[in-house]
Amino acid sequence: MLDSIVFLLAGTLAAATPLLFAAMGEAVVEKAGVLNLSIEGMMAVGAATGFAVATISGSYVSGFAMAAIGSAILSSIFAVLVLFFLANQVAAGLAVGILGLGFSVLIGKNHEGQTIKSLPDLELGWLSELPFVGGVLFSHDLMLYVAIGMIILVWWVLSHSRLGLIIRAVGESPDAASAIGYPVVLIRFLAILFGGAMAGLGGAYLTLSYTPLWAEGLVAGRGWIVVALVVFGMWRPLRIALGAYLFGAVSLLELFIQGQGFSIPSQLLSAMPYIITIVILVIMSRNPRLIRLNHPASLGQSWHRNA
Amino acid sequence: MAYRLVTRTETSLRAQLLVPLAAIVLTLLAGSVLFSLLGKNPLAAFHAFFIEPLSTRYGIGEVLLKMGPLLLIAQGLAIGFRARVWNIGAEGQLLAGAMAASALALHFDTSESAWLLPAMVCVGTLAGAAWAGIAAWLRTAFNANEILVTFMLSSIALQLLYYLVSGPLRDPMGLNFPQSALFSDAAMFAPLLDNTRVNNSLFLALAASLLAWIFVQRSLSGYKLLIGGLAPQAARYAGFSEKKAVWLGLLIGGAAAGMAGVGEVAGPLGLLQRSISPGYGFAAIIVAFLGGLHPIGIVFAAFFMALIYVGGDMSLVSVGLPNSSATIFQGLLLVFYLACFLFANHRLQKVEIRH
Repeated sequence: MLDSIVFLLAGTLAAATPLLFAAMGEAVVEKAGVLNLSIEGMMAVGAATGFAVATISGSYVSGFAMAAIGSAILSSIFAVLVLFFLANQVAAGLAVGILGLGFSVLIGKNHEGQTIKSLPDLELGWLSELPFVGGVLFSHDLMLYVAIGMIILVWWVLSHSRLGLIIRAVGESPDAASAIGYPVVLIRFLAILFGGAMAGLGGAYLTLSYTPLWAEGLVAGRGWIVVALVVFGMWRPLRIALGAYLFGAVSLLELFIQGQGFSIPSQLLSAMPYIITIVILVIMSRNPRLIRLNHPASLGQSWHRNA
Repeated sequence: MAYRLVTRTETSLRAQLLVPLAAIVLTLLAGSVLFSLLGKNPLAAFHAFFIEPLSTRYGIGEVLLKMGPLLLIAQGLAIGFRARVWNIGAEGQLLAGAMAASALALHFDTSESAWLLPAMVCVGTLAGAAWAGIAAWLRTAFNANEILVTFMLSSIALQLLYYLVSGPLRDPMGLNFPQSALFSDAAMFAPLLDNTRVNNSLFLALAASLLAWIFVQRSLSGYKLLIGGLAPQAARYAGFSEKKAVWLGLLIGGAAAGMAGVGEVAGPLGLLQRSISPGYGFAAIIVAFLGGLHPIGIVFAAFFMALIYVGGDMSLVSVGLPNSSATIFQGLLLVFYLACFLFANHRLQKVEIRH
């Protein structure tokens, strides 16, 4: 019994990690006033790139690095569209998302269905030997801890640093931020690149650690759940992280229930994350005041400097 | 010399026509770069993509077959998009229509009534509208973002489909394959051209286009929807209700997608199976934009997108292009369309820099 609890909790942390990376990135992008809906496509590109590079080079570091770079390049297309061509952000996000899904298949085409040895767990010595806690917290790979580090970093930067203040100013009122002399477009551009790189890491975590294989369509809607997580979390990194762990737990429970042989149709279990997303979205959005208070004021609107 | 962007007060017809054409040209250019990188001759690739499908009777039939659902769904989506109601779950609404119509066809599997097919069209259309209606209800009653809800609903619809074909609607004589029994002839659209797969459901899409044109250009509700999207505050001031716009936009889009779902199961498929649509619901979003959200533009855009679909399949065989090139083309089209659109509603003005 204790073993299966350890398995469930440890699995929850692992399942949440791809979501965490991408959601921390999207939190920064949205705080800067840009709605990037292409996460699904960016995660797919990261997943395929990471897998292909790690398989060919044999290096996980290169895999993750190229995944981040690849998705950041894709996100730069989105950035150019919305920042310089003032494209509608919803439409641009969909366009780049579709493009990313297409590219991911192209990038992974020689690796379709292949597996890879999962990113090895860290050697943490006696920590991993601790009863219960060792199994849950201290027997994971490096990237899982990097994701936790990113939560703290993004939280600290957004709420306690000067950089965070500038990002938030750009997202709340680009006109005012620009008037004080902040380069609104540059800051948004960098935020979008950061969001892209993070989505890429999230995707690569799927193919190099969580699953670990490449198949077309492997991201399976996680990118959209990430967009929803940012809304549930009211654009606050710690709450978003809580949401990501909750979703990690849901996907683990799905495996667990199937393993126990309950007579629930497997399709209902597969639909669970989406149903739960809708339910939580409804609960959180019910109060429009709460949303309005937290949601970055210029989110989704095009902005250009009128000299 | 520097330039600045000035918003145009009016988008000219010329700009509306030039933007999609420019997007297509740019997509072809980017495509040839991509094909060259893949070691394929771009000219051979384009020949396979855009000429081969139109050079045989069968190919033309395939293009028309794929144009039907794209046209139908895009006309519905465009009405919502004009009002800034973002329905991205047409794929799920299509499945809802396909499932409902299939249930009817399989229930009356011995029927020879001429009313069976019209009944299927009605049921499927209503099911699609109802599936989208969930999103409209959650948005108007609970303020839940319709982009996310429509997407999640389409993932749920897919699982529902998997459930139905592996259980309740599975063919009892079908050796456990996850698919339903074949529909009876009365539950199928009649073929339109000999030796092709295109069928009469294409007329539904053409009729819907005409209706969309009347709705958008001639009716007060269409006008209200447009104003609600362009200037929400003005619309509210004029007493146009935002909730009504959300309901109308989503229901129309869902109904059109549901009807397209009927066209698939009662057309080329003839049964319910795990894969119903090669992403028509998502491709139709691109069609709607590429057509300038205009009922007439969408007809041309749907034809072009159908060509990409069929060309993608054909080039896979004849030139050995990867099967994702159609998806990449679709993405590129929308990317370039959005980029070019800047020049439809803005112009560059030279400004002297004063020293």
